[in-house]
Amino acid sequence: MSEWRFWLNEQRGTLMGLAIFLVMFVVYVANHPAGFTANVVHTAANKGVLLAFVAMAQALVVITAGIDLSVGMIFVLTNCIASWIVVGAAVPSALGVVAVLAAGMLCGAVNGLLVIYGRLQPIVATIATGAVYFGLALLLRPFPGGSVNEELADALTGRLFGVIPSSLVALTAVVLIVWLPFRRSVVGRAAYAAGSSEPAAFMSGMPIRRGKFAAYLLGGLLAGMGGLFLTFFTYTGEAAYASGSAYTLWSIAAVVLGGVSLYGGRGSAVGAIFGAFAARTTGDMLFAFDVEPLWQPLLQGIVLMIAVSIGSLALLRVRNRLDWFQ
Amino acid sequence: MTAAETPPPLIRMEGVSKRYGGVRALENAQLEVAPGGIHAILGENGAGKSTLIKIMAGVVAADEGRMLFDGREVNFRSPAEAAAAGIACVFQELSLIPDLSVADNIVISNPPRRFGMIDRRAQRAIAEEALARAGAEDIHPRAAVKDLPLSRRQMVEIAKALTVKPRALILDEATSALTAGDVAKVFAVLKRLREEGLALLYISHRMHEIAELADTCTVFRNGRNVATFEAGTRSNGEIVEMMIGREYSHVFPPKAIRMAEPAKAPVLECRNLGWTDRLRDISLTVGEGEVVGLGGLEGQGQRLLLLALFGVLRGTTGSVLIDGAPVTISSPATARKSPLSMALIPEDRNTEGLMLPMTVRENLSFAALDRVSRGGVIDRDKEERLIDDMVRLLEIKTAGLDVPVGALSGGNQQKVVIAKWLMRTPRIILLNDPTRGIDVGTKQELYQLLRRLAESGAAILFYSTDYDELIGCCDRVLVLYDGRVVRELEGGEITERALIASALNVQAGQEGTAV
Repeated sequence: MSEWRFWLNEQRGTLMGLAIFLVMFVVYVANHPAGFTANVVHTAANKGVLLAFVAMAQALVVITAGIDLSVGMIFVLTNCIASWIVVGAAVPSALGVVAVLAAGMLCGAVNGLLVIYGRLQPIVATIATGAVYFGLALLLRPFPGGSVNEELADALTGRLFGVIPSSLVALTAVVLIVWLPFRRSVVGRAAYAAGSSEPAAFMSGMPIRRGKFAAYLLGGLLAGMGGLFLTFFTYTGEAAYASGSAYTLWSIAAVVLGGVSLYGGRGSAVGAIFGAFAARTTGDMLFAFDVEPLWQPLLQGIVLMIAVSIGSLALLRVRNRLDWFQ
Repeated sequence: MTAAETPPPLIRMEGVSKRYGGVRALENAQLEVAPGGIHAILGENGAGKSTLIKIMAGVVAADEGRMLFDGREVNFRSPAEAAAAGIACVFQELSLIPDLSVADNIVISNPPRRFGMIDRRAQRAIAEEALARAGAEDIHPRAAVKDLPLSRRQMVEIAKALTVKPRALILDEATSALTAGDVAKVFAVLKRLREEGLALLYISHRMHEIAELADTCTVFRNGRNVATFEAGTRSNGEIVEMMIGREYSHVFPPKAIRMAEPAKAPVLECRNLGWTDRLRDISLTVGEGEVVGLGGLEGQGQRLLLLALFGVLRGTTGSVLIDGAPVTISSPATARKSPLSMALIPEDRNTEGLMLPMTVRENLSFAALDRVSRGGVIDRDKEERLIDDMVRLLEIKTAGLDVPVGALSGGNQQKVVIAKWLMRTPRIILLNDPTRGIDVGTKQELYQLLRRLAESGAAILFYSTDYDELIGCCDRVLVLYDGRVVRELEGGEITERALIASALNVQAGQEGTAV
């Protein structure tokens, strides 16, 4: 019985993210003209999965008490790379996928090196690298274009057994293959420890640097996966600055909605996924309610604001006011 | 110990010195710690005990001297290296990760692994065993550390130190937050470890604990080891004498001769002030022109008391009276305004006192902007005049008013913090250990200033970790222990001996009780 309580306490942020998403999704589906059908779910999944990848990437870095403002640009850059090399027969396409993911990891590694060994502030370091990554994307794709192995793309964006969106299956697989091992490894724990209290982690002899580096590295990988899926959805590559920036900002919102603390040390990438789907649904919901497009950004902002404030209710209980600033 | 001869020391420190800036924390310190024994280290605040163990644990590096572990010279560059060699520490400032669970924390330096991943079941078993060994079965291994009260966290810290199977265990004030029942359990564990042949280094201010546990005692004073003796051979009084020494290095202005003014209500009074379990039932008065000191060991509630008076803490009980009239101090913003006119000089000038990258001018006028502005517009001339007065009054040495305050020396930075509050001409001045880490010359200037402020009618409440300061500056001293006022000393009663004895909550007069 009490084991349950501890589990609930550990997962509170994630469950809060799930709850916010479910409420929004139910409202959305209930007001959707088509209702709860495989089609509606499929569209929602495919839209949400891109932000989910980018938000997972953001979550990894935020857990170390950092922030990655280049995730959106890694996402755009890998999209452009994929539109060149994930083509042709099965073998070259597979090699292309590997290369795209490696490029994502390389971007993450550069971020990690600058922050950990260069001792730059994460926020500044990643603004700079983000600009670099976008610059590379622009050189690769001055104009939208390119192509992708369509069979692979359709397989990963279609449906399994006619009902289950395969993008969701892929997302789940990534959680199982990337996130869970990280979370359960010593480096993963070091990443959490460094985010929660770096001096205490140092005093305990934890591998702080390796933990943080792994977080940035895997963050790059996950953003790269997002870029790959973007290519599968659009069949093209495009160095879209606005889209990259929007993904960066929304990934931060998604992380907060999913219960990951911006102060580090708390939360999970799974929560960030729920947060991403919730953030996506805010947009779709207005669509279902048939709100005029002109009003959508404003109302979307208000919905997001309300959702995020739920998380800061705990501050009302603080008794030493200096704790607000810690 | 079965062997007749004393075993060779496991840890040997030879001629170890360490400076922090201009402050000598340790000077040519010697220490030998034998296996199979409990070695107590005594000394007042700032005597160098913490620095010594930080060097042993690889947290800081010594400037001079060497350390031998098990006969070999060692030079730990990080806590991880010291831990690998077999030295485990339970620190005063806790080394637990607040967001991780108890079990995560206990196994943190070497989690059990299976297929490269942390084996959660094995981890749980280790944690349960370690908690049981420390006598803290009531702590759930899955609980998050940040949700535990301080005493439970300290037990987790001890359990954590035991899991690495150390050869030497250092406990720095490890029992300061524990209940009597927990202390008994921890003592049983420590005695068992001694039987197992560990070398234990025990730092505590609690004399009766040392009397019960220690085999050997070493007293530190001003960064040097002044005496090492077998436990039980010195009386409490003798030990207190050793801790005090006879070195007075400060010059204090003469205290005012105060006449009793019963007719006038004290400027500041609090009655039965309480906050959570950290401040209990504190009553005090500070009269016009009076300097009242707060003494005691560090962390006994002095800082919280000042924060409570300044309106930082929520949910305080009891009442605060200004000039005899009850007031509600809801925030620092109301505290600093008339009729309260309070100022709090914080201990950490970097985070709570100054905006380091901003200029001297800006820092000086922050607290007094409302006094130099009209309708939200700053009157530059008025500001300039006030600032000039302050810089002259406090003799702040700066290359100009427009240099960043971070470029000044520590002593001058502290003067800026004080000047910033004096610009409001406060009636009640709360000082939180204001001379920590500043040079002797500036200290003396500050003492003169405090006395001058008192003479001009301010009521001053002055917390200091330096006993000399309390003796030299204060008209009365309240000694806090565990969030309560345990003793009030006045005039000639304020002696180092009385201060230390009441800080330790023992009667130093009892020469008979041997340690």
